Amino acid sequence: MDRVFHSVTLDKDKCKGCINCMKHCPTEAIRVREGKAKIITERCIDCGACIRICHNRAKKAICDDFEMINNFEYKVVLAPPSLYGQFLVDDINYILTALKNIGFDSVFEVSTAAEKVSHLTRESLNQLRACTDGPIISSACTAILRLIKVRFPDLCNSVLPITEPIHIAAQMAKDEAVRETRLPPEKIGIFFISPCPAKVTSCKSPVGGTKSLIDGVFSVNDVYVRLLAALKKVDVPEQLMRSGIVGINWAQSGGECAGLLTDNYIYADGMENVIKVLEEIEDGKLPDTEFVELSACPGGCVGGVLNVANPFVARSRISALRRYLPLMLNRGISDATNMFWEQNLQFETIFRLDENREEAMRKMRRLKAIESMLPGLDCGACGAPTCRALAEDIVCGNATIEECVFKTVTDKKNAEVMDDK
Amino acid sequence: MNETLKYVYEVDGSDFMSAGVASADVKKNLKMLGFSGDLIKKVSIAMYEGEINMVIHANGGIATVEVSDDCVSIVLADKGPGIEDIELAMSEGYSTAPDRIRALGFGAGMGLPNMKKYCDEFKIETELGVGTTVYMKVYNS
Ligand SMILES: Nc1ncnc2c1ncn2[C@@H]1O[C@H](COP(=O)(O)OP(=O)(O)OP(=O)(O)O)[C@@H](O)[C@H]1O
Ligand code: SF4
Ligand SMILES: [Mg+2]
Repeated sequence: MDRVFHSVTLDKDKCKGCINCMKHCPTEAIRVREGKAKIITERCIDCGACIRICHNRAKKAICDDFEMINNFEYKVVLAPPSLYGQFLVDDINYILTALKNIGFDSVFEVSTAAEKVSHLTRESLNQLRACTDGPIISSACTAILRLIKVRFPDLCNSVLPITEPIHIAAQMAKDEAVRETRLPPEKIGIFFISPCPAKVTSCKSPVGGTKSLIDGVFSVNDVYVRLLAALKKVDVPEQLMRSGIVGINWAQSGGECAGLLTDNYIYADGMENVIKVLEEIEDGKLPDTEFVELSACPGGCVGGVLNVANPFVARSRISALRRYLPLMLNRGISDATNMFWEQNLQFETIFRLDENREEAMRKMRRLKAIESMLPGLDCGACGAPTCRALAEDIVCGNATIEECVFKTVTDKKNAEVMDDK
Repeated sequence: MNETLKYVYEVDGSDFMSAGVASADVKKNLKMLGFSGDLIKKVSIAMYEGEINMVIHANGGIATVEVSDDCVSIVLADKGPGIEDIELAMSEGYSTAPDRIRALGFGAGMGLPNMKKYCDEFKIETELGVGTTVYMKVYNS
């Protein structure tokens, strides 16, 4: 397992033990035990669905403390294109200038790296497709990468083996800063403002053997107020923008596809939809599709759960901002070798009942027997998301059948009937 | 180990939208048992096609799946109209699916040929007016 860090966590004091998050988790990674939600770390893909659904705001993403930027002599912030939709401005340069004014020495747009990824994908798509059946799947959404790693073993080799744009941006930003300041690299801090817990996790421990150069990561929510205040004070913005429509489009679902200049693609957003598409690919039902872009969040990264603005409002703001921009400003893939992953996605077998087949079969037999004793209501009162999940927990030694309220009640009633007789 | 795991599904012929549920469940179980992606793919495609055929052409039936360490066997039994000419039905492109089914993307006449292609053993027994039973086996190589 290449994961050492994990962003989504529970605020125990705020958790009331309702079962909302458990019911909405796409990987069944949450249980409610002793009145509090509990995250099964290995299963969590940091998609943030639980943060989105929790009315008590008890689920949160662990980020860094903003003051940590002061540990570095020169500070560079990476701005994702989804950030542009958070504010009502008529020029992206306002936002980039305001970012400098809240404490950074320079800003670097992630969209510049995204344009390079678009270019490289276009160049390598045919070659990649020749090596696998079916479409190539985007590697842009970290939550989807984690999902494939735990649930779709067969698709690990169909994922575009190109590093996520933030890490390419980090490399470009660092090189540039070293060149310009002549400071030793360790004195230069690279920071990211994240729309989602998945990207926070990616900054701390990326997939694909990539090494993260990002020193600190903050949520949009964390910097929003400061940034809004700074924005109001910008009179004449500096001209800092260096990317075009292709890069900025990555903020929303379908944007990466649009940059490929082919029609033969599919894009889907929202976990439930994404899982359906992955199932189809896995069953070989999309043999002719060239590329599939999948985003965990509804609408793509503008729908990221750490954002502040309504995703639909953000999307329309971005459409307005990109009007009259050049198509793309970053090509140059001379440094392409650094953009590919060192290794393909590695499957993690956490959903297997057992590594040993014989033992797995034995557990499956028990699971079936237990499942047939449960009422099939999927009510969640036992603290597991479905009756089947409780049965799984029982055979894996993580729960007992007494946890099922209905089973316990009916057993008791039956016992009483017996007594009466 | 010779003990097998047995799953029995009633495939409802009146509810077209639930077609494919049984094969999806089998796929999930095989994944949890740690079978190879290759075997899972073969089983899911073959069973899916057979399941859909029972719904479209035979008004439903019973799917029985037995899993052992070295083999997955699938038996799809229906009490539908039967198949008049098996050889013809097995040929690529032959289909009697009505238009309303074709509108949903089925009816290419590729189901039976694909089932045969993805299975290691494949057999059909059919009798007009009585029903059809398809026997399939995929070995864990
Ligand atoms: N269980 C069955 N009972 C009766 N007839 C069947 C059954 N299965 C298949 N057939 C007949 O065999 C024909 C060919 O089946 P096949 O699965 O190859 O194609 P299809 O179902 O018509 O189309 P497709 O599977 O490509 O969507 C069917 O059109 C139907 O006439
Ligand atoms: S769609 Fe974007 S914002 Fe949402 S989890 Fe994926 S990378 Fe993060
Ligand atoms: Mg068919």
